[in-house]
Amino acid sequence: MSTLSDDARRGFGDIWPAMLAAIPIGLLLGALAAGKGLSPLETMVMSTLVFAGGAQFAAIELWATPAPIGALVFSTLLINARHVLMSASLLPKLQGFSRWQTLAGLYYMADENWALAEKRARTHRLTPAYWFGMVVPFVSCWIATSTLGAVVGAALGDPRRFGADFAFTALFIALVAAFWKGRVTFWTVAAAGAASALTYRFAGPPWHVLVGALCGLAAAWIAAGFAGAAEPAPESAPP
Amino acid sequence: MTLDPHSLLAILGMAIATYATRIAGLALVGRLSLSPRAQAAFDAIPPAVLVAVIAPSALATGWPDTGAALLAALAATRLPLLGVVAVGVAAVVGLRALL
Repeated sequence: MSTLSDDARRGFGDIWPAMLAAIPIGLLLGALAAGKGLSPLETMVMSTLVFAGGAQFAAIELWATPAPIGALVFSTLLINARHVLMSASLLPKLQGFSRWQTLAGLYYMADENWALAEKRARTHRLTPAYWFGMVVPFVSCWIATSTLGAVVGAALGDPRRFGADFAFTALFIALVAAFWKGRVTFWTVAAAGAASALTYRFAGPPWHVLVGALCGLAAAWIAAGFAGAAEPAPESAPP
Repeated sequence: MTLDPHSLLAILGMAIATYATRIAGLALVGRLSLSPRAQAAFDAIPPAVLVAVIAPSALATGWPDTGAALLAALAATRLPLLGVVAVGVAAVVGLRALL
């Protein structure tokens, strides 16, 4: 018989490697936020309320004083759009959750804990204890490390001195590699990069994000059409 | 320790946008069927957005940054996340000193 604390311990046992990997990333986020003028408290509030690594890095990159709210919200929406499909896939597996547990649990659904929950759901019933056993330490660790990074980063001074301003660009390049799916991704990246750089030159920020992203999606749609011609199209299931 | 009201508003906007994407699945369960091309475009959202955000810094800032971006892309084919960041940062510091 699996008890509440057994399942919570299993959740922690599954999440801790992802948690360790996130420690330097959280420190880096905090240090870069400090470089853009965010206070440690502002960084802590952002990590607590938003909890979305990719979107937070993009937000810090776009950050200015005063904060460009429209651009920040739009970039957050675009980067997190994948969560729509992730939650649609996870929800049928949350049968043991009350309505309130579902709504609270999804608040902190990130790539890592989503993937681990999907994996667990293949062999076991997902319990709230397992989910929150992953989420509580993972989220706490992210909040603590990003806040600590902001405190330390503010003491270090101008990030350009050690090339830390370029860390974003390098980090995003590494993240793109993690999403790599061959030819379609190549055309996506080429179109998004060229369109964004040109828009930045001739129209200025924040339009480069919108134009670049839309050109990248259009390129993926076109490239997938050429790939789709080679293989039979799957039947779309009726609702 | 300061919390600027305007910054707080921006953070709240980001939080609402993020939560909206995380619970949007509630409206979709059981009735989602994307065509393969639409699925490919949907899958391309993260890389397209990431590249659109960094392209000005990688391509329109100066030769040292462009060179470092190329080296980071090369490193990304074999190194983990933090290794790529280390290569990129070291390259940009070196190239800025040289060029």
